[in-house]
Amino acid sequence: MNALSELRAAAAGAVRPPLIEATAVTKTYRMGDAEVHALDGVSLAIRQGEFVAIMGPSGSGKSTMMNLIGALDVPTSGSLEIDGRNVAELTSDELAELRNRSIGFVFQQFNLLPRTTALRQVMLPLLYARPRPADPEAIARQRLEQVKLATRLDHLPSQLSGGQQQRVAVARALVNNPKVLLADEPTGALDTRTSEEIMRLFCDLNAAGITVILVTHEHDIAAHARRRISFRDGRIVEDTGAEKARSAAP
Amino acid sequence: MNLFDSLAVALTALRANLLRSILTTLGIIIGVGSVIVMVAVGAGARSEVDRRINALGTNMLVVFPGSTRVGGRAGGAGTSLPLAEGDVQAIRERLPEVVAISGYLQGIAPVVRGSGNWVTGVAGVHEAYTEVRDWSLAAGRPFTAQDVRTGARVALLGSTVAEKLFGREDPLDETIRIRNVPFKVVGVLEPKGQTGFGRDQDDMILLPLSAARGRIVGRNQVVNDQVGQIFVKLEASTDLERAQEEIESILRQRRRIQPGAEDDFAVRNLAEFLKARTAAQTTLSWLLGATSAIALIVGGIGIMNIMLVSVTERTREIGLRMAVGGRRRDILMQFLVEAVTLCMLGGLIGVAIGIALAVGIAHTAEWPILISPDVVLVALAAAAGTGIFFGFFPARRAALLNPIEALRSE
Repeated sequence: MNALSELRAAAAGAVRPPLIEATAVTKTYRMGDAEVHALDGVSLAIRQGEFVAIMGPSGSGKSTMMNLIGALDVPTSGSLEIDGRNVAELTSDELAELRNRSIGFVFQQFNLLPRTTALRQVMLPLLYARPRPADPEAIARQRLEQVKLATRLDHLPSQLSGGQQQRVAVARALVNNPKVLLADEPTGALDTRTSEEIMRLFCDLNAAGITVILVTHEHDIAAHARRRISFRDGRIVEDTGAEKARSAAP
Repeated sequence: MNLFDSLAVALTALRANLLRSILTTLGIIIGVGSVIVMVAVGAGARSEVDRRINALGTNMLVVFPGSTRVGGRAGGAGTSLPLAEGDVQAIRERLPEVVAISGYLQGIAPVVRGSGNWVTGVAGVHEAYTEVRDWSLAAGRPFTAQDVRTGARVALLGSTVAEKLFGREDPLDETIRIRNVPFKVVGVLEPKGQTGFGRDQDDMILLPLSAARGRIVGRNQVVNDQVGQIFVKLEASTDLERAQEEIESILRQRRRIQPGAEDDFAVRNLAEFLKARTAAQTTLSWLLGATSAIALIVGGIGIMNIMLVSVTERTREIGLRMAVGGRRRDILMQFLVEAVTLCMLGGLIGVAIGIALAVGIAHTAEWPILISPDVVLVALAAAAGTGIFFGFFPARRAALLNPIEALRSE
């Protein structure tokens, strides 16, 4: 019975289009007279529920890729579909809506608002959501409980430790039930122990079904992911692949 | 993000830089405050003038004797032939628009009542005087035609005199002595306040002209039926300028003034005189209003400046808001709301200071003021408008930021 249902799930997964699908994506910046090809024909597909680490040295194009996956930017050429929508066709308002609904951001520097309580930080995406949920505060409180900060609701960022701040940021990223959690060097500003704590949180969230995409240059952080995609000079040089990662997982 | 959320964000941001916010909004405070003061003082002055014009009597002309229009070798006021009963008669008969007419022969005399005494203005008038001046009685009765015909020794007291001589007692039917002549008080006039020239109009006693003439006032008489000045009340629809010319021609004829020679009397429309003074004050308040507008503009530039600083300081926050789903219009609205909030706070403080100053001026300078809610609303609207106008450019700059660069900024 169990094997059968797994088979069915795998079949369904194969039929369902990928959550993120890039086809021959390029991104070119113009710096003065020179053109910089930040991305040079990248194709990849990320499915619902994956835990992906995007790696590469600085200047490899991984940050550019992250901006594109986060719908903060659109490709110069090629097609990029996020959650079923071709970002090239979206207006800036529609991109904002897509970010609001489908993507949760976690940043290296946390990017919490100063002078704003944890509860209000987490509520922020809900205030931009349309339609606006009936009780944003209750949802935000629930998310903070989920990241084990139920006792810190009224704390300002300055009253929280780095790890706690990043957990507030994770709660904020989760509050709209996004399809993807997009984390850019989420442990870069944290010590080793706290980093482990945050990574465990990501693993738990992924186990609960959320797609997690980590952008990092640290191998031991990337080791938590089940799939690694490495960039160099605007191209993918290594992709451990979804299927392989799946089979490698216990 | 609705307006309420934006307002909460704006207040948090403004509180975070409290001193800066207050200093920034100083221009608005000064602008709005001065608008309130100027308009309050201007409107107060206008209403005061209206009150004085009404107190003077509406549709009224006054004939003064012997004040030639140009000085020259003329003898000056009062040196010419006085106005007399015949002149009153002639104007009443030949000018059909006359509603009421009265002579007004005034002087100053000591008044005694028991052990109290008071030196006050005393005027001999015809029975129509109170009607000419739209002056009603607080108590008692006005003069009758018979009082004037028979020279009855009766008196109407101005409210100041009544208070000086009688305090809280009822003066009706009491006897007062003016230059040792006993008069019976038959009425007390309603208070009229000060004239346009600052004289207390209630510090005076009215007597029948016939009873006062020669004994109380106008003792150094040239003609024995002189009436002093003549107050003429005309019908509401009357063209006062035409009536003025009419009276001039009647009097020139009666006084046998040759064509081309100057009048030795003057017909004045006192209300016009007051209105002219108001016009000057209005011009002044417009000028001060323009100054306030300049203060608002300068204040607005200050707001724009500080909003630009705020946008720069909060670039990362703007990037974060965009990343979590804030649309350009959300960001624009947030900063516009912040600028308007800043201006409105300045406006409210300005209104408070303006009202306090206006009340202070009213108390210390005894200058009448009038604060109308309209003006407060207009001033606040001007402040809000300043916020929108000068907040738009910084807000637009914030809204057009590239989210990636904004997130990356320090």
